This record gives sequence, structure tokens and C-alpha cells, in this order.
Amino acid sequence: MALAFDEFGRPFIIIKEQESKTRLRGLDAQKANIAAGKAVARILRTSLGPKGMDKMLQSPDGDITITNDGATILEQMDVDNQIAKLMVELSRSQDYEIGDGTTGVVVMAGALLEQAERLLERGIHPIRIAEGYEMASRIAYEHLERIAQKFEFDATNTEPLIQTCMTTLSSKIVNRCKRSLAEIAVKAVLAVADLERRDVNLDLIKVEGKVGGKLEDTELIYGIIVDKDMSHPQMPKEIQDAKIAILTCPFEPPKPKTKHKVDIDTVEKFQTLRQQEQKYFDDMVQKCKDVGATLVICQWGFDDEANHLLMHRNLPAVRWVGGVELELIAIATGGRIVPRFQELTPEKLGRAGLVREKAFGTTKDRMIYIEHCANSRAVTIFIRGGNKMMIEETKRSIHDALCVARNLIRNNSIVYGGGAAEISCSIAVEAAADKYPGVEQYAIRAFADALDSVPMALAENSGLQPIETLSAVKSQQIKENNPWCGIDCNDVGTNDMREQNVFETLIGKQQQMLLATQVVKMILKIDDVISPSDY
Amino acid sequence: MAVEKLFKDEATEEKGERARMASFIGAMAIADLVKTTLGPKGMDKILQSTGRGRSVTVTNDGATILKSLHIDNPAAKVLVDISKVQDDEVGDGTTSVVVLAGELLREAEKLVNAKIHPMTIISGYRVAAECARNALLEKVVDNKQDAEKFKSDLMKIAMTTLSSKILSQDKEHFAKLAVDAVMRLKGSTNLEAIQIIKKPGGSLKDSFLDEGFILDKKIGIGQPKRIENAKILVANTAMDTDKVKIYGARVRVDSMSKVAEIEGAEKEKMREKVQKIIAHGINCFVNRQLIYNFPEELFADAGVLAIEHADFDGIERLALVTGGEIASTFDNPESVKLGQCKLIEEIMIGEDKLIHFSGCEMGQACTIVLRGASSHVLDEAERSLHDALCVLSQTVNDSRVLFGGGWPEMVMAKAVDELARKTPGKKSHAIEAFSRALLAIPTIIADNAGLDSAELVSQLRAEHHEEGSAAGIDVISGSVGDMAELGISEAFKVKQAVLLSATEAAEMILRVDEIITCAPRRREDRM
Repeated sequence: MALAFDEFGRPFIIIKEQESKTRLRGLDAQKANIAAGKAVARILRTSLGPKGMDKMLQSPDGDITITNDGATILEQMDVDNQIAKLMVELSRSQDYEIGDGTTGVVVMAGALLEQAERLLERGIHPIRIAEGYEMASRIAYEHLERIAQKFEFDATNTEPLIQTCMTTLSSKIVNRCKRSLAEIAVKAVLAVADLERRDVNLDLIKVEGKVGGKLEDTELIYGIIVDKDMSHPQMPKEIQDAKIAILTCPFEPPKPKTKHKVDIDTVEKFQTLRQQEQKYFDDMVQKCKDVGATLVICQWGFDDEANHLLMHRNLPAVRWVGGVELELIAIATGGRIVPRFQELTPEKLGRAGLVREKAFGTTKDRMIYIEHCANSRAVTIFIRGGNKMMIEETKRSIHDALCVARNLIRNNSIVYGGGAAEISCSIAVEAAADKYPGVEQYAIRAFADALDSVPMALAENSGLQPIETLSAVKSQQIKENNPWCGIDCNDVGTNDMREQNVFETLIGKQQQMLLATQVVKMILKIDDVISPSDY
Repeated sequence: MAVEKLFKDEATEEKGERARMASFIGAMAIADLVKTTLGPKGMDKILQSTGRGRSVTVTNDGATILKSLHIDNPAAKVLVDISKVQDDEVGDGTTSVVVLAGELLREAEKLVNAKIHPMTIISGYRVAAECARNALLEKVVDNKQDAEKFKSDLMKIAMTTLSSKILSQDKEHFAKLAVDAVMRLKGSTNLEAIQIIKKPGGSLKDSFLDEGFILDKKIGIGQPKRIENAKILVANTAMDTDKVKIYGARVRVDSMSKVAEIEGAEKEKMREKVQKIIAHGINCFVNRQLIYNFPEELFADAGVLAIEHADFDGIERLALVTGGEIASTFDNPESVKLGQCKLIEEIMIGEDKLIHFSGCEMGQACTIVLRGASSHVLDEAERSLHDALCVLSQTVNDSRVLFGGGWPEMVMAKAVDELARKTPGKKSHAIEAFSRALLAIPTIIADNAGLDSAELVSQLRAEHHEEGSAAGIDVISGSVGDMAELGISEAFKVKQAVLLSATEAAEMILRVDEIITCAPRRREDRM
């Protein structure tokens, strides 16, 4: 480590415990950071596209995750390197913002870093590279808007939405039934969407999974599924036209929050207390009954006595229902969550056409279906599959598809997938580069090269000759001046992504480019890494 | 340039070929492990637990074996998981599913070595699985309408399932037990209504099905040992002190006499409760919780049979059998539904006294009493019977039936083979491999029985060349036999689940090209 010395030869100590820290400066720092970023990108590169492979991840506790989703892979990888952590963050923010394209964004950033490394070697200052990238990303962003197409859909014509969701699902293991899953996702999103405001609240879509059965059995339920059973085994298993009381207070004697003591010192007190207690249970059940409820859903547990009283009064009940589920039930049934028995009124009850308990398999797994709700704005996607990992992966895939559908409702512009958008941007950026007089020109050109890496990876993963395929597609795009030529990953025989129906959302693509550029800029600006050395 | 360290210290990363190899090897090792238990002549495994006592389990059940293994290989874990799901979903075929997945991967490995891309293999497998399923669908027999035939189907399935288990000696006896028990359920898959009681002693042949209900409890002292036309109240209530449930209540007294008073009041309270219970007009009271001496004495005085501490399942089952409801409050006797049965008596099985409820109102539930030489035998017998019951109850719902003895595999293999010949492109290699993997199952069955598998399987294949053949491996005589005559059947649902989840698992493992193992979590207590 470089140290400064004063005139007597004593070192200046600037950082605490300076000797025990390792420090990388200047070009070395940048190169080390770039190498780390590239290493992360390399891991994800093979997952890109419909023929991309999966990764198997073993968590510290030994649980297995098999996934194709970039964000999940990076999240579970448990990386130690600071720059790698930045990449993880990058993928996560794409996941939060858009939900799809989490792999692409990392691959893109990796390619940008790779190009930057070359420029650094030629002696171009990192800041100039960063600025060049910034300009290039703006060009690409605008170009995307230009080549984007609007497409019309409404509640009756959902075909374009389904096609886009299918593009997303085709890279996952569930592509076996991507059509039906895409339909489910689109229907679910449309059910909760507010087409006027172009807004979708994905919280209203619950994704529930249960092992067993096959993937084809996955279904969309216009209602809620709760992984619980009736509190008493002899309660009715099916309720028609249920009026539901949604409670957050337990069927138990009150527990005031202030400390208190009830002293029993005479026999009379003992007896009155006992009667009080019985009356208390009776009152609670009676109140529910009085307002006309035919089903009680409660966040807390029941006392044995209360449970029997409920069953006795023919009032089925479900206990220990989680807070999130309770809210969903309230939304779906149009009921209000009631925190105290005193506040129960008939108007606060939720309504559902059918509530039933359904058993699965040979074990005593049961679930409660709440269907035909007053307000069908809350829906559940119920996933079945051969094993736990399959269900988990399907959940993630459905999440991606839901996000895509939501984005399309928000903004119905699309660009063509299969690398077509990237190639088109690359051509545009390349052409624009020549107009910039400064050193940035090189960086802009490098950006164009980096854009090529996504279609290149796609071609590579699909078993095609990457360079050959890419140059063929590129020349075709320039010759015919059409931005919808992409990589033919599925070996269909055409490069025209319009024919193959491979779409991606415009905002997803734009976000990818912006996020990747931002992170790369940040990494390039680092010229000093100080870390505690191992001991 | 040296890549900076990306992962934490103990994390490992395996890529490409190495990753694939690791998962192939892991999966095949697991498949080979359980392979020898397949088929009627399959062998058992001894499992010793690492827990205290080093308890030993002897079993033939794939799911049980795999559940107790501690596995580190991630691909192997996938196989364990599918076996578990198979157990939960259909109950049987837990070994077959693992073996088939293992064979699929073994074939895939060869293809990968021949430079065929995993994605191509996957798409071939998918087509093949669909084709195999359709081939089975074409051949299923559904005898739902014909009650007599359906029952004999069930009987055959039960015998086939049991023949690979420890119960195979008395499989007819047990098959009858299982079929009877399941028929009583009348289509419900709720196996809780069938109670299995294990009592060491006697031989397996002495096991029997009881129409009524047997509770593994003793009758309180001084209470009637035999009640006719019993009225039963099933309850879940505290019969000890009946605590005051209002929060913060406590007893504070200032003199000894007060203590006595309170005690008196408490006793009075309990007496009242007991009086209320007796006022229901019952002569038998079954409680989930403890019954203290004092109320027990009161019950004895009133001539009521009081049974304490029946476990939760017992209570639910009893309520189901006798048609009563589980009560926790006793204030309005007129509306509580009491359970009824003709006779309650104490019976002896071996050394133990049990309470027997017979002539119950609802015929749904029943009890199977298993007898056997040792607790290990009994445990295994219970597992086997459980498998049979699961399969039967599933078959009652989905009554499609196939032949057994490697017949379905041969049918599927044939159809898949034909498909392979029609399919152009590299995919056809994968489809062919799928058919080979299917053939491995009859091969293993034959091998396990010590037969010449190559000879038998080729004979079988020749037989199956003709349309509508019912040939399968007859392990008993060691030759190819007619499965229809031998009465070896299997449930379609089981076979379908085996096929689909094995393919799904193989597909998942094949798609992986990188394994990242995180650093194991540090235990707090360093050893």
C-alpha cells in the first residue's frame, strides 16, 4: 500500500488501522470492479432466452431452489463482493420496477463493463466513458420509443396481452403450458385492473401453490383460497350465500392492555366470575348471530368453549387467518374488518356466493375456497405441480407474467423481442456515434457493441452460431429497414418477430437500458476500493 | 486478470458439464439406492436413526426410506421431494417414481455425452411423456358401473400393491381388509375414518377389521364394563379444575377457613358441571382432556362410563362413528346431538384391554387391528396397509384401472418407440431414450426377483407386438404371464402420477447448468 512519509520517515496514518486494510487504486480498482461485474453477468448469461438453462441454488440451510429468474438467482447467491452486490441490487430494482427482464439487465450491464475495460486500456478517462454511455443510452431510449408500436386491446380482445405474457413465460420451465398460464395471468390482471385509470394493484392477486397434481391443473379462482380449515370438524363444509363476519378479535375472554388483577376472596365472587365468563362467550357468539353472519373468519384463535358454542349455534368459523389474507377476503367479499364484537353491524358483513372446504390427496390437507364474491376484484391463482421446487418456480414465473400484463395495461407500447429491439438500437446508436466530435464517440460506439451482446447471448444459448446469426439479422434490419428482425431462438424458420409473436414491453426495455447504464456509470466512477483485509 | 472472489468463503460453484455431472450422479445414486426395493421380490432396507435410542425401521416403502436420508446433493433432493409428493398425493408408487426419474436421467446422460443439447432432450421427453400418457389412456378399463367387477378390480389392486410389501404372505387377507375398509368410506378419501391399531403379539394373520370402533383406553375403575344401547357424549372440555379464564384473575384469601370455602365452591362447580353432563341422559362420556379423580368418582356414582384423554383424532373419529357432536358447553342438553351405539364393552387383544364400540349409527368408520410378532413388523405392516388404503381410496374416485407387472411400461414403451420412428430430427433420440427408460422398470422387477431380465423383457416385447396383449412379468413363476388371468392390476392414477412427476423432475434437473451452494449457516453452538 502506498503511504506518505513525513520528513523524518514516519508514515502518515490517514485511515484507521491503515496497515490492516487492503486498498486498490486507480486503474487497478476499476479493472477489479469490472472483472467482478463481468463474473456476475457471466453466471446469468446462460439463463437468457427461451433456451436458457436454469440454475440450482442451495441455500445456507440446505434448501434447493431451481430457477431461471435473474433476480432470484442473484438474491440467493449470497455474494460477498461489493460490486457483485451492486449487480444484485440492479437486478432487484428491475424486478421491483418492472418485474421482468431481470436477467437481461445484468447481461447488459456486464457487456457495458466489458466494453469499458477496453476503452480504459486505450487510456480514455472513465468519466468520459461514463458520459458517452449516458448519451448513448439517451439515444437508445428515444430510438426505442420511435420503434415501439401501440397495440389495442380491451376486455374482450386479450390476445395481444396473452402473446406478450407467453414471451415472458417461454423462457421458464413452465413453457410446457405457457398458453394456459398466460391466459390465467391475463385474466387475473384484467379482473383486478382499473382500465379507466390504467392501474393494476397486484396485491389483489394472490398466488397460492400446493404440491401434487400436474401443472395443467393450475387454475384461476375468482375468489380467495385460504390454507385453513373449519375450526370444528363437524361444521358444515359448504355454505351457500355466505355472509361473512371478518373479525380481528379473538373468541376469548378480554385481555385488557393495562395491568390489573381480579382478586377472588369469597365464594360469591368466585361464582359470579364464573357466570360472567360463560355469559361472555355466549354474548360473543350471539352478537355474530344477531347481525346475520353465516360464517366467521377470525384472525385469532378460539377457546374450546367458544368453538363449541359456535358450532352449536350453527355458525361455521375459520380461525388463525393471516392478516394479509384477511384483508383480501375483506376486499373480495366487500366486508369490513371488525376489531370488536360491539361494532358488528349487518352492513359490515362480507358476501360470498359459495364457501367450501376442499380436501387434497391422501393427507389431511384442506383449503377453504371463498368464491362468487360480491366484489370479484380479488382473485387467486392456484398452482399445482409435481414438487415443491416446481411450484416455487411457477410462482415466480407467474409473477413475471403478471407484471408484464400490468405494464402493458399501464402503457400499451411494445417492442419486439428476440433481441430485435437491441439490434435496432445498436444500429441507431452506431449511426449517431459519428456525429459526436469528442472522445465520447468511442464510448457511444462501445455502447452499441454492448447492445449486441444480448442477441448474441440469445443465439449462443439457442445453439446457433452467434456472430454469424447476429450479422445476418443486423444486415437484414438495415437492408429492409425494419426493427422487428430478431434471433430465431425456437428454430421456427423466420426472423420476423411479428410473425413469431414475440413481444416485450417498451417500459421494460427502456428501464433495462437506463438501469444498466446507471450502474455501470457508478462502477466506473469508483477509483479507490478500501476494504478490511482478511485476518 | 484474476477474478475477484465473488462468493463467501465456503460457497462452491459448479458450472456446465461439472454441474450436470454432479446432478446426474446424485440422482442416479438415489435411484439405485431404492431400486432393489421395487417389485414383489424387492428387498427391504434397515434404517437406523441418528436420534437417541438409535431406533430401527425396516421398510420397503420408497418414501419412508428417502425421507429418513440426509442428503447433500441438490439433485437428489429433488428426487426425494417427488417421492414425498407421490406419497401425499396417491400413496403408492413412491419407489417407481424415483427409479423412473433416475433412469430418465441415466439415458439423458448418454445423450448429453453424445453432444445433444439438454433442451433438445427435454423437448423430446415432453413429447414422449404425452404420448405415453395417451397410450395408457387408450388402454384403461373402467368398471365403475359394474359394482361386482369394480370390487374385484379393487381387490386386485390391493393385492398387487401389497404383494411387494411385508404383508405379501397374507395379501389376500389384507387386501380384503383394505377393500372392505375403503368401501365403507363410500367414496370419501378421508382416511382418518379408518383407524389402525397395532398390538404386538399373535401373527399377521390374526389381524382383523372391526366394524365398530376401538379406542385404546381403559375404562375408569368402578364404572360399568359393558353398556348396551349406549348414549355417548363426546366432549372436549377441561375436567380438572376448570380454570377461570378471565385474564388476571387470582385467588387471594386471608384465612384458612376461606381456603376451605373456595375449595368447596370449586368442588361445587365441578359437581354442577358433572350434573349438567349427566343431565344429557347419557351413559357414556368421552373427553379429550383429563378427567380428575373427583369427577370420575361422580360419574361412577351415576353409573356413567367416563373415558378420559382420548387423543384428538380419536375424538373426531368417535364423533364421526357415533354420529354425535363434540361438545364443550353443557347448558342446553336438548340441542346437543348425542352419539349412539348398541354396545360398549371392554375387550382384550393380547394383553391389553381396549374399549370397543359396536353397532354404531354411522357405518363409515372402522378399525383395523394389526397383530404381528414385533413392533417393527407392525410398523411396516401399517405402512403397507396405508399404501394400499391410499391407492384404493383414490381408485374409488378415479376408477380407471390398468394391468400391472410391467404391463403399463411395456405399452408406453411401445407407443413411445413408434413415435420415435415417426419423429424427424434430434428429438427422436430423446424419445427413444424415454422408451428405454420405461423398459428399465420391468427389467429391474425381473432382476430383483432373480430372473433373467434380458430374456424376459425381450419376450415381453415380442408379446406386446401384438395389439391388445395383456402380457406382463409373472414373478412367482418366473415367466411371462397373462396379467388378466393372474389378476394383477394397478390404478391408472398412480401410474399417471409416476409418469408425470418423474418426467417433470428429470426435466428440472436437466435444465440446470450451474449449481451454486451457499456457505452453510454457522451453528451457534460450535461443536
